[in-house]
Amino acid sequence: MNVLLLLPIIIPLFTGILTLFSRYSLRTQRLVSLIGIGALLGSSIALVFDVHQNGIQAAQMGSWPAPYGITLVADLFGAVMVLLAGIVGMAVAVYSLVSIDRQREQFGYHPLYHFLLMGVCGAFLTGDLFNLYVWFEVMLMASFVFMALGGERGQMEGAIKYVALNLVSSAMFLSALGLLYGMAGTLNMADLAQKFSVNPPTQSPGLVTAVAMLFMVAFGIKAAVFPLFFWLPASYHTPPAAVSALFAGLLTKVGVYALIRVFTLIFLQDIGYTHSLLLVIAALTMISGVLGAAAQKEFRRVLSFLIISHIGYMIMGLGLFTPLALAGSVFYTAHHIIAKTNLFLVSGLVEQLGGTPYLRKLGGLYRAQPILALLFLIPAMSLVGIPPLSGFFAKLSLVQAGLETGQYILVAIALGVSILTLFSMLKLWTDAFWKPAPELAATKERGMNTRILLYPIAFLAAITVLIGLGAGPMFRFALQAGEQLMNPSIYIQAVLGGIP
Amino acid sequence: MEIILAFVIGGLFAAGIYMLLRRSLLKLLIGLSLMSHGTNLLIFTVARLTRGGAPVIAMNKSVLEPPFADPMPQALILTAIVISFGVTAFALALAFRTYRSVGTDDLDQMQSTDA
Repeated sequence: MNVLLLLPIIIPLFTGILTLFSRYSLRTQRLVSLIGIGALLGSSIALVFDVHQNGIQAAQMGSWPAPYGITLVADLFGAVMVLLAGIVGMAVAVYSLVSIDRQREQFGYHPLYHFLLMGVCGAFLTGDLFNLYVWFEVMLMASFVFMALGGERGQMEGAIKYVALNLVSSAMFLSALGLLYGMAGTLNMADLAQKFSVNPPTQSPGLVTAVAMLFMVAFGIKAAVFPLFFWLPASYHTPPAAVSALFAGLLTKVGVYALIRVFTLIFLQDIGYTHSLLLVIAALTMISGVLGAAAQKEFRRVLSFLIISHIGYMIMGLGLFTPLALAGSVFYTAHHIIAKTNLFLVSGLVEQLGGTPYLRKLGGLYRAQPILALLFLIPAMSLVGIPPLSGFFAKLSLVQAGLETGQYILVAIALGVSILTLFSMLKLWTDAFWKPAPELAATKERGMNTRILLYPIAFLAAITVLIGLGAGPMFRFALQAGEQLMNPSIYIQAVLGGIP
Repeated sequence: MEIILAFVIGGLFAAGIYMLLRRSLLKLLIGLSLMSHGTNLLIFTVARLTRGGAPVIAMNKSVLEPPFADPMPQALILTAIVISFGVTAFALALAFRTYRSVGTDDLDQMQSTDA
């Protein structure tokens, strides 16, 4: 059994428990929290190397053989997602040391943080659909409390919407699981994939597609795709910046991960229908997100709508369904998680320095904080897709894959949405940084605080630049991940053993 | 029996969705728990109903002989019930705190974060 697969789940679990025990001493809590997140990052790096060298890794919990027990699987895509969770977790943990107020820390900020990461890592590593449901619930429960922790009026309103829609999505997910079990008699993903590919359930192809649609809606709500995204802009800007950075970076991406996993492994009977539908959803998600962003007047609400728009790109790669397109999706997801988390961290600093989230009242930050302005520009321009940065290569591969498969309209939409993203980013830039400060703002002296807050922002910006500069090797890596996703037989073999 | 349960599940989902669409916060939560009951029954029914067939290997036999009930879905339902119990408890507490800080349980008036 490969212990590396277990570590990204066990480390946050124990760190969370330890921080619960030390809840009366904030200093110990912070120290334990930082050590735990460091260990998580280290183990996730080791996991990526292991999977890169030895192929897909699988571990059977309690040594029950594959379709009967609980399986943990890490392919390249899953391992990279765990690594990203580690990186984002590290940056946000350091950021929240200073930015989270004492009251929230005393009411369990640190334990929640680690339980959330445990749920996220578990979802990335599990090889069983019901297990995926359980990890989703672990993650959601922690995120519900995070959303409401602090109890401000806006937070409560956001939390109600967030909780209600996510619970509806969970109910749908569970119904789909039940129907799938009734059809196939198993919920192990590799076993399902094998049953559906070797011996397609010919007696009711319509039922399989119906279940696939239920999964699409359930994961679509969590991923915030086109008609199902309304909970996101209503809630993501209400909690403190560190929390919304963690949510923006990781939580919707777990939905995207689940969509990609299920629609590359299990539901391949009717690609003409399901994946074309995904393409339409991708296009509408891109457009509606970016148009929504153009109309917003608050810093973080602009960013929230841009998340939705960029989810569209990731779904686009899945819908095109070629190795290059899936590599594009993987690359885009990785780049997006880093850049978007970073922008939310910047937004927290901007709101603190300017004293308001409203763009109209902000200003003058370029003069007051030139380094912060530069660090905002790196992830912002990366999301737009300006050449040397990571976003350019992600979009390039998606566009190339789109042209190869002849989806010209979709490619046109993707490029148009990039330009509109530039418009939104420039709006943020001119309003918050470039235009002269309104008389009242920017008088607060918070020099010491902000210095420390700049480190995690600079760390993530450096990774964005590195992904851009090392795009060649990074992209070869993403291509490998795409190849693995396109060939479910490798995955099945790794989990079930000898059976091809 | 399956037919009756199918109608019960359909009814639970319909009632749940109707309650979700009401404006009151508490009715929203009732709707959610009705939906989760419907889901649990759905898993139970879809895995075929077998009466009086415990999945236990009989004395002096070495294999399980049909008819026996599949124990898997019941394990799934048990997990789902526990999860929905915890989530419902949290959601009730959240609803109470929201009522205290917003001052109403009318969902239409909770729009200050949407503009």
